Amino acid sequence: MAASSERSPPPFPDSEEPELLEDSDEGADAFTGTSISEMDSLSPDTTGPPKDIFNEPPEDIFSDPLSEINSEPQKNVKIPSPGSDEAVDLFSDPLDDEADVISSPEVQNPVPDLLKEPVEAPKSDVISEPPSDLSSKPVHKNAIDSPKGAKTAVSAELFDDDDEEEDLFNEPLKGVTKKPQPSAVSGPPVNVFTEVKSEVKVKPQVKDDPTDLFAEEAVTAPATKPSVSSSSRTNGVHSEEQDIFSEATVELSLDSPRNDRKKKDAVKPSVSAPAVSVASSSSKPPSKTLEELEEEESEDKFDLNISVTNPEKVGDGMNAYMAYKVSTQTSLTMFRSKTFTVRRRFSDFLGLYEKLSEKHSQNGYIIPPPPEKSILGMTKVKVGKEDPSSAEFVERRRAALERYLQRVVSHPSLLQDPDVREFLEKEELPRAVGTQALSGAGFLKMLNKATDAVSKMTIKMNEQDVWFDEKIQDVENEEQQLRKLHVMVESLVNHRKELSGNTAVFAKSVAMLGSSEDNTALSRALSQLAEVEDRIEQLHQDQAANDFFTFSELLADYIRLLGAVRGCFDQRMKAWQRWQDAENMLQKKREAEAKLLWANKPDKLQQAKDEITEWEAKVTQFERDFERISATVQKDVIRFDKEKARDFKRQIIKYLESLLHSQQQLIKYWEAFLPEAKAIA
Amino acid sequence: MEGSSAEAALSVSANSIRITDLTQDGDVLTFAITSQKLNGSAGVCVFRTYEDFEWLQQSLFSQENVPGLQGIIFPPLPPKALPTQLNMQTKAFKQLGFLALGQGWQSYCKALEFYLQQVATHPTLCKCKALESFLINTESPGKQRGRKGIFNRLSQAVEEMRKESHKDVDNFFQNERNRNTSIAALSKVATEKLLDVVMTEQKLALACGHFSTSLHLCVNQDDADAVAFSKVCLKLSDIIEAVKRNYEKVASNNLTTLGLGLDLESRYQEAEKEMLFRRTCKLVELETVKKSTEKAKANKREVMEAFQKAVEKEFNLISSVAKQEIEHFHSSRVNVLKNFLIDWCEQQLNTAKECAELYSQHLEACRNMYSE
Repeated sequence: MAASSERSPPPFPDSEEPELLEDSDEGADAFTGTSISEMDSLSPDTTGPPKDIFNEPPEDIFSDPLSEINSEPQKNVKIPSPGSDEAVDLFSDPLDDEADVISSPEVQNPVPDLLKEPVEAPKSDVISEPPSDLSSKPVHKNAIDSPKGAKTAVSAELFDDDDEEEDLFNEPLKGVTKKPQPSAVSGPPVNVFTEVKSEVKVKPQVKDDPTDLFAEEAVTAPATKPSVSSSSRTNGVHSEEQDIFSEATVELSLDSPRNDRKKKDAVKPSVSAPAVSVASSSSKPPSKTLEELEEEESEDKFDLNISVTNPEKVGDGMNAYMAYKVSTQTSLTMFRSKTFTVRRRFSDFLGLYEKLSEKHSQNGYIIPPPPEKSILGMTKVKVGKEDPSSAEFVERRRAALERYLQRVVSHPSLLQDPDVREFLEKEELPRAVGTQALSGAGFLKMLNKATDAVSKMTIKMNEQDVWFDEKIQDVENEEQQLRKLHVMVESLVNHRKELSGNTAVFAKSVAMLGSSEDNTALSRALSQLAEVEDRIEQLHQDQAANDFFTFSELLADYIRLLGAVRGCFDQRMKAWQRWQDAENMLQKKREAEAKLLWANKPDKLQQAKDEITEWEAKVTQFERDFERISATVQKDVIRFDKEKARDFKRQIIKYLESLLHSQQQLIKYWEAFLPEAKAIA
Repeated sequence: MEGSSAEAALSVSANSIRITDLTQDGDVLTFAITSQKLNGSAGVCVFRTYEDFEWLQQSLFSQENVPGLQGIIFPPLPPKALPTQLNMQTKAFKQLGFLALGQGWQSYCKALEFYLQQVATHPTLCKCKALESFLINTESPGKQRGRKGIFNRLSQAVEEMRKESHKDVDNFFQNERNRNTSIAALSKVATEKLLDVVMTEQKLALACGHFSTSLHLCVNQDDADAVAFSKVCLKLSDIIEAVKRNYEKVASNNLTTLGLGLDLESRYQEAEKEMLFRRTCKLVELETVKKSTEKAKANKREVMEAFQKAVEKEFNLISSVAKQEIEHFHSSRVNVLKNFLIDWCEQQLNTAKECAELYSQHLEACRNMYSE
């Protein structure tokens, strides 16, 4: 699922709820049939997993970039269970929003061809209109409804029940695909929606299952489509996802303390009306960050062990590649089992990063970058048979990949990403393509270019937030320092290697000296000494590897990570830029209006006013975007800093342990040698 | 090497000879040499330059009235140190090896001190008047150096090539020569390799120092997280500093014990080689005399035979002295090496223990920091 599906939920709850309140009672009969047929055809599949649907919303909470929404689904979940009809009405909507992310695979399975058609339209909707005001705009409703209409149409097609309905639905679909503009689709989709809802109420009689569940199912079907359309994925993938999601549901229980807390926050507004909660939700982000930070603390002990092992060369010649065994050990219930293993190749790791960054980077998350692609190193592996340097290269990469995955799953938001779970769990992944461009030096260059471009922007951007102002500076300084440190450590490692080499040579010459020594005791002592030196050489070598893996690689990782952090700042800057642009545009429109007033041209005045409202909406929205992204970035950077300190501490302890160990070995060696030296007569 | 009955000839105790101080004036190094009088507790302190040491060595070489002088293994005098030369780094290392390392020429002084002790404890050499005056006279012992002595190194080198392979008449000496050749080469190589190790250790210590210093630059007091990270950096800096000190210690241990020992060993092997060479020269001389005696006409035969006898006698004397010297050298050499090895091992052991202790303290501190 591409980024859009993840981001799409936010707009839905906001914009739909008002709609819901207004429209829910009016039902257009025309569509009843469709939904029924959907219901029927779906029910065999869905009777099993209703529980899923219940659990899904919370699942979505975690993956949802917008924390404000989190509170809503919760309420929804809570309230439907009593089974009141009103509740069903009210909440069926939000639920379907959640569902569209989650349950889409279920529906989508049988509809491979549909996937491609609506791709463009929903995407643009989602992107242009994310978290708009509750109060706002027909624009939103349409934008949001229309994909749904499209979906319903699709599903109608799918089930081939009613030809007429198909026609009816096709209209909105076209509207949607062509223009995500408000006016085009505003009529029908609304109807469709209300329809579905009324359907829900009727349906229960058909099935034995509880009303709520059904209602959700019903809604799910049409709603799923937007996400389907927005993703360009293949079918097979989604069918897998289905399982993954049903697993994910269980996670709800695991995280429940967290949910409870959120519920508490959310309960009050929800009691009165969802609208209130939505209103309050807009003010939530700041407080949320604090809350999230606390959560983070409690989440530290999360139990997920990932190891990358068994690098194995697959194939021959230049087409050969290394496959790694990715083993996961976890007690997290979101996974199918406690331990599982998959084989992945390097480009799969890059592909994962690509997917994650496509989806999450514009939200301001720090996406851990994968190790760089090394054409030289890999060619050596491909060509060379048993070269120590290529073995070192493979080991180095293996370790880097392991750290990379561990960083990904330690990010609370990224862990929830379906792609991550898929990567860890699924047997076969589609081959990642086009990873070349983003890997290695090319990627860094790209990043640098972006940074340069942004630094130009920085001049324009007068930073309001002191925190960001300082942090950006800090990050840059830090990166420089880390680079310096990295150079130091590299030289340290080289010296150690040199020392180990020299020690080896010395050991050899002592051995030779010993062998040509006449005095037997001295000769023995010398050959013992040679052995000691040999062992010391091994110690030095181990220590060099230790230095390298604990520090050099750690620093290299963090240099890359800081690059990612800067990327986040860039994203924030871009959001700010968008906002400012919109602000300017609004200003222009207002001036134009004033001119029109002055010129007394009432005919054009209305249009100008419309435009102003439109741009006002955009400004508010972009501003909110910016605030949201700022909050996310801030949160993530704080998390990153914590993680960094913890990581370094861990590494230092590891390093000290290794130092201590080699010192103790050294003591042993000397102690063993001392009597030999004393025995020389 | 072991002070024995011969000490009576020297009025100072051989084991009390120390080089206590060194002053550098341009290119000239002046060493303060102290020693203890045998009769009484009076100490003697003299100042000597490297030239004085050379003079002493020459005097030892050119002693008269010492039978079998050429069979003596003369304690090797370290090569001259040139402190102010620009290319000292490379050249000095080539010439001096370990002796150029160490702060303030410490190891060089140690080597000179050892040389003096060896001379003073040598049963024959300690009787030399030059040594007495070198150790006791406050004035510099005459400027009459310049005599190139009997051993001209250049011509020696040429001759060496020729006579090196000369078959010995005595199996003992033949074996000794073979053994000496291989050991001399090997100990030289070993010394060089150890020197490499020590240099690398010093470089490593330096790199650790840089690393630890730059870790200090990472300190940032902006907020709690940055402070936490800074703490980690400082801790790491301390640890690296400890690693650095450890390497410095290990390097200096290597230098002052095994390094000096191996250096001495290799120089002594060279000295033995020279002695053996001198004996071989004598042998060659004897053989030519023998040949010419055989060829000589009857009227000259008597003279030649007398001459041959004299040479033969001298050669035998040299051989017997050389035999003694070699035996003496072997036992004392093993002893010296043993002492160096034990010293070295103990020092390294101590350093390792200290370091391990320090590391475990750091580890404890780190763990505490971690659990905070």
